[in-house]
Amino acid sequence: MASYYDRTEYLRGVRGGLPFVLVVVPFALLFGVVATEAGLPLLQVLSFSVVVIAGAAQFTALQLMAENVPTLVIIISALTVNLRMAMYSASLTPHLGALPFMRRAFVAYCLVDQSYALSILEYEKRPEMSLAQKFSYFMGAITPVVPLWYAATVAGAMVGQAIPPALALDFAVPITFLAMIGPMLRTQAHVLAAAVSVSMALIFAFLPWNLGLIVAAIAGMVTGAEVERRVEMARAAQ
Amino acid sequence: MSETATIWLIIVSLGIGSFGLRYIFLGVIGDRQMPEWILRHLRYTAVAVLPGLVAPLVIWPAATGGQPDPARMSAAAVTLVVGYLTKNVLAAIFAGAGTLFLMLYLLA
Repeated sequence: MASYYDRTEYLRGVRGGLPFVLVVVPFALLFGVVATEAGLPLLQVLSFSVVVIAGAAQFTALQLMAENVPTLVIIISALTVNLRMAMYSASLTPHLGALPFMRRAFVAYCLVDQSYALSILEYEKRPEMSLAQKFSYFMGAITPVVPLWYAATVAGAMVGQAIPPALALDFAVPITFLAMIGPMLRTQAHVLAAAVSVSMALIFAFLPWNLGLIVAAIAGMVTGAEVERRVEMARAAQ
Repeated sequence: MSETATIWLIIVSLGIGSFGLRYIFLGVIGDRQMPEWILRHLRYTAVAVLPGLVAPLVIWPAATGGQPDPARMSAAAVTLVVGYLTKNVLAAIFAGAGTLFLMLYLLA
């Protein structure tokens, strides 16, 4: 069997993933607290985090359950919040699609905003990476994140106390993502795609179930692709 | 159906659905070559999703009840600029967090 473990890349991924501990722990703690307050037993709270492993979708489901929304609507709404995961999956396919079945399935299970953003940034920065190196980097990136996601959910469910608001941990999510967006803005096409994404997300923020983000994502991708195509045409015409 | 059974149904359905969304392309397409125009769009997935995800959180932070907040906005701006200039994610995180705490302290 081929080896997919590259120690250097794995450790590089772990280092990249470490800052996300600051994001994942408070988020999972909070989910544990809120879910327990909503009356879910510990086993269900933990199952949510292990089976679904998507914070925003979990909070959406919890919120709608509290509002006594029909079960089918809860499921569809929470899955809509997760639609972006399909885009991440498509985006990683050219990099990791050649992995054996079980490894692809495992990558899919661990595909969250943080592991996706970190990995794609690294793959684009170093296109010479081999399949094994890319896989090892991804595994490294999720190592500090996924186990702590479970553990902090349980801790939140058991402690049952809110986190002191003075820490302003609500802003850990925007800051870590913005920190990754900066280095991604490599070309005019990337900058314009990001600008369109921001404007569309704000304009369509009124749409239910996070659909504004899907509109923003599609508009941003079309923008980036179109700008790239035009730049290439202009270059070929010279 | 009992309350507990309904919650299990929701958890299991969301689990299967979320995994399906994450697996759909990685699993089904695998290492088959995708057409160039699709690849061209996929190259912009990250810059098309993440800024849209973050923008509403920056402009209407939940912690202030959705009121625009100068401390959070300046922290966001510093993070983005430092990340863009240095290409260093960690440096950007620390610069942003530092700005946030400093501004919260100064404006308090």
